[in-house]
Amino acid sequence: MKVLVAVKRVVDFNVKIRVKADKTGVETANVKMSMNPFDEIGVEEAVRLKEGGKATEIVAVSMGPQQCQETLRTALAMGADRGIHVLSDAELQPLAVAKLLKAIVAKEQPQLVILGKQAIDDDSNQTGQMLAALLGWSQATFASKIALGSAEAEVTREVDGGLETVAIKLPAVVTTDLRLNEPRYASLPNIMKAKKKPIDQMAPSDLGVDVTPRLATLKVEEPPKRKGGVKVGSVAELVDKLRNEAKVI
Amino acid sequence: MSVLVIAEHDNAALKPATLNAVTAASKLGGDVAVLVAGQGCGAVADAATKIAGVAKVLVADAAPYAHPLAENLTPLVVGLAQGYGHVVATATTFGKNLMPRVAALLDVQQISEVMAIEAPDTFVRPIYAGNALATVKSSDKIKVMTVRATAFEAAATGSGSAAREDVAATADAGLSRFVGQALSKMERPELTAARIIISGGRAMQNGENFKMLEEVADRLGAAVGASRAAVDAGYVPNDYQVGQTGKIVAPELYIAVGISGAIQHLAGMKDSKVIVAINKDEEAPIFTVADYGLVADLSKAIPELKAELDRTKP
Ligand SMILES: Cc1cc2nc3c(=O)[nH]c(=O)nc-3n(C[C@H](O)[C@H](O)[C@H](O)COP(=O)(O)OP(=O)(O)OC[C@H]3O[C@@H](n4cnc5c(N)ncnc54)[C@H](O)[C@@H]3O)c2cc1C
Ligand SMILES: Nc1ncnc2c1ncn2[C@@H]1O[C@H](COP(=O)(O)O)[C@@H](O)[C@H]1O
Repeated sequence: MKVLVAVKRVVDFNVKIRVKADKTGVETANVKMSMNPFDEIGVEEAVRLKEGGKATEIVAVSMGPQQCQETLRTALAMGADRGIHVLSDAELQPLAVAKLLKAIVAKEQPQLVILGKQAIDDDSNQTGQMLAALLGWSQATFASKIALGSAEAEVTREVDGGLETVAIKLPAVVTTDLRLNEPRYASLPNIMKAKKKPIDQMAPSDLGVDVTPRLATLKVEEPPKRKGGVKVGSVAELVDKLRNEAKVI
Repeated sequence: MSVLVIAEHDNAALKPATLNAVTAASKLGGDVAVLVAGQGCGAVADAATKIAGVAKVLVADAAPYAHPLAENLTPLVVGLAQGYGHVVATATTFGKNLMPRVAALLDVQQISEVMAIEAPDTFVRPIYAGNALATVKSSDKIKVMTVRATAFEAAATGSGSAAREDVAATADAGLSRFVGQALSKMERPELTAARIIISGGRAMQNGENFKMLEEVADRLGAAVGASRAAVDAGYVPNDYQVGQTGKIVAPELYIAVGISGAIQHLAGMKDSKVIVAINKDEEAPIFTVADYGLVADLSKAIPELKAELDRTKP
């Protein structure tokens, strides 16, 4: 079966982000960008499905500016077969991304679409669920284990109370949680090979999708800073402060 | 316009986080209705009628809702949503799973993890693990949103007297099935509801050592949490994880033990009222947010803490 994986280019998780002085957003010039960590997990899962003989082809999709091609190359180096890049310099909100993905699904006809549970820049946690809704497909979000059959998949999900297992009818959308797998590093030969794999480029208009944002960002600010406190010298002093100064125990 | 709150429950009891969603809903203007969809959920519906500030409780009691499957709940919520200006749920795994599916079918852009309501169409939400706060204005007709429980007080219970109304159930979507669950036994308060939390990190070294934290927790009536590193290493179950991609907590007191203070962890706990850090590395970033820092080896400090709590017990 064919598997589609969505990969978003985001500010690297190690970067300490800075809010722009004019409050219009976050500084992204000269900042290290990477594949969204949850999407690395998605690519890894797809590659394992292919290695296990369950998937036949892996198509990676990324949406955004020209540099998304680098993100796609990373996915190709990890083992995806080809890439699709929806080029857009405008902001793409989850609903727009889901609509674009729906149009790509219509062309590609995958049996499984894997997305990250959340992008670590907008922290929306929406796109996979929206895509499943628009397609009328089943969804298994926050997956920590996927057992793929031919007509159904059994997915273990990380929920607030612990773990939950659901059986979902294929075709389906799955979103990844952190413990689904540990993504591999691409080897040098695979990075070289990835350069020759095809990437298709298209515009949102080619897919007939209106991507006009529905949410206007009025301002972006830094959260109130916590003041660092004091160091205590001993456990006894700590307990005393908690009882008599902070009065929280 | 009125507001529809989607209740989270397990057919036996209402999840406390729903009460925070009701408070957020009451700040949006208009009557607040609560939807209780489940199977054999009469007791939950009764409890919902007693939440202060709730005008109406809609009850859909039917087999497709026995488990909170998004595929089955979505058509119900979408059908009801047309009559409301806002549809609200808490940003728990339940709300996060369901609400975007609802929003997409209503063709609206959901607003996730709302922390403050500036106007009925303008909200503050965290981005980049809470390292920035965005104020966003929605142009959609119906606002579908999840709210961060720790940012809103829980609505009072017991005093309300909402009207109860049965609503027609939708059919099973036939897309998904509940197979089973492995829920953590909760002898201690739930993380998101606890007044005190003590969390352990990678430095706990194994699950056995977490027992030391539990002994301290028992003396404080605290819940036990963990960093991602401790969960990944298998010391404790996934539902202990605090952080950007785990639970967001804001207790009166948060004690971080052997946790370095990565931004993804801070994202989940930096709104706690008082933070204590116990770490043997005095340079650990966790100390930059801690009100009280103790530079110490946890294998010594935690037993000492337990003994000191006993010794000074009022
Ligand atoms: C996409 C993404 C999402 C993430 N989400 C989360 C999340 O939700 N929650 C989360 O917690 N992390 C999350 N992380 C991981 C995060 O980046 C850190 O890796 C993690 O928080 C580190 O856990 P830790 O502090 O326990 O371990 P470490 O960083 O290894 O820190 C261990 C600390 O223990 C101290 N120590 C060692 N021995 C002792 C001792 N004997 N006594 C006292 N102190 C000692 C050390 O000085 C050190 O500071 C995420 C990462 C990514 C990429
Ligand atoms: N611009 C994008 N390009 C490719 N995938 C995306 C994009 N935006 C979101 N996604 C996918 O949707 C997931 C969830 O994103 P979000 O709903 O924004 O938190 C991500 O982990 C990606 O898999």
